[in-house]
Amino acid sequence: MIWQQFLSLAGSYPLALRGLGMTVVLSLISLVLGTLLGFGLGILRTGGNRLISSIIGAWVDLIRGTPFLVQIFLIFFILPEFGIELDAFTAGIIALTNLAACFICEIVAAGIRSVPTGQVEAALASGLSRWQRMRQVVLPQAMRIVLPPLVGQYVLLIKDSSVVSAIGLTDLTRVGWLVVQRVPNGLLVFFLVGVGYFIVCYPLIMLARRLERRMGAAHGEVQL
Amino acid sequence: MVNSHSIPTHSPTAYCLLPTAYSLLTPLRAMLENFSFRTIVEYLPLFGQGLVTTVWLSALSFVGALVVGIVLCAMNLQRGWLFRAPAKAYIDAVRATPLLAQLYFLYFGLPRLGFVLPELVVGILALSLNSGAYISEIIRAGILSIPRGQVEASVASGMTYTQRMRLVVLPQAFKVTIPPLLGQAIVLVKDSALLSLISVAELTRAGQLLASDRFMPAEGFLTIAAFYLLLYYGLKALAVLSGRWLGTAGARA
Repeated sequence: MIWQQFLSLAGSYPLALRGLGMTVVLSLISLVLGTLLGFGLGILRTGGNRLISSIIGAWVDLIRGTPFLVQIFLIFFILPEFGIELDAFTAGIIALTNLAACFICEIVAAGIRSVPTGQVEAALASGLSRWQRMRQVVLPQAMRIVLPPLVGQYVLLIKDSSVVSAIGLTDLTRVGWLVVQRVPNGLLVFFLVGVGYFIVCYPLIMLARRLERRMGAAHGEVQL
Repeated sequence: MVNSHSIPTHSPTAYCLLPTAYSLLTPLRAMLENFSFRTIVEYLPLFGQGLVTTVWLSALSFVGALVVGIVLCAMNLQRGWLFRAPAKAYIDAVRATPLLAQLYFLYFGLPRLGFVLPELVVGILALSLNSGAYISEIIRAGILSIPRGQVEASVASGMTYTQRMRLVVLPQAFKVTIPPLLGQAIVLVKDSALLSLISVAELTRAGQLLASDRFMPAEGFLTIAAFYLLLYYGLKALAVLSGRWLGTAGARA
């Protein structure tokens, strides 16, 4: 009985696999770009230049304060008015990268601020250059604070990538939507879509939890 | 406006940057010239309705999420696995899948089970069930943040479980949970935008209508973005105020 229901979707599994592939590719590209950009922004945010810092802060607030769906619509429908022709994939990458960069920027900035000033002063006294100070003293210590929420942010990114289905990109969620128009069995179809996301996200959630426990222990405090 | 006289003429970089700046500014100016505030004003009642709908459906979903969260958290804090296992499985399932997939699961799945509900109800249900999982974790973290010594002391004073919870643990946990709960409320308001995809007439839907009726995506989506920012800054101010009012969490001796 339930087996027949699974069989009724037989023709759709290749499509679903392609959708899952699209979700993974989309998330992976924007994850890498977003991490690089986010670290750069986070370092600039705490860099001491007040103007740059407040510009970044204002931008992050704008992105955090609006729904991701609205951001995607803005990028997909308004950038073409600037003569920048975008396909749905590029628009999705831009939107996801921007989102990830903004959240990671705040995570990194919080990590950098958590490093005691004595450390920076000691590095300064040892004659380390700005870059050396950041790379060898501040960032390694900040990573302890940064890493657990960073992995958590990756999970959010993968989940948010489902929203790009709204501009017609055939990711896993869109495939579910397409299939359900043909085979009216929403319960099963979206259960399977959920399983697809679960397979990708759950290991990351476990990793985030492990990191949290380990970093918390290293820090000598209970983190929640 | 870029005034070419204001740029030092001896700088070669300025000569290179100038055309680039112009090529970016011209479409911006064109967009601003075509930007129709009149249409926005014309559609203002629609936006207002959308805003009101977004606010009350978010509020309702938040209350629902609190109920779901408290129940899940109570199950999760039990000692036996009978209640704990399902609560944990539910929380993991919600956290590892996107809200949009959950929304479609209910939207396309409930009629299959014989529940034909209006889109709005499905949306509120989805938001409550989704946020509930996160809220249960917030409450759990709050309760677990109470130092063991406090619980032990209340056991030693001969308090019952209910007294311990009501008089010692919950009042302190309450303080710790308010700021993250407000954070979750912000997330909830933003997430409610997804309900426009199952054609609930909320704020984002209003923007979409303007964008498609008049081919004015800039007017439609920038306006709703502004409205969402209004809600965001409001809730953020509330979070700051509540933090000040409750005192910084964890500052107790």
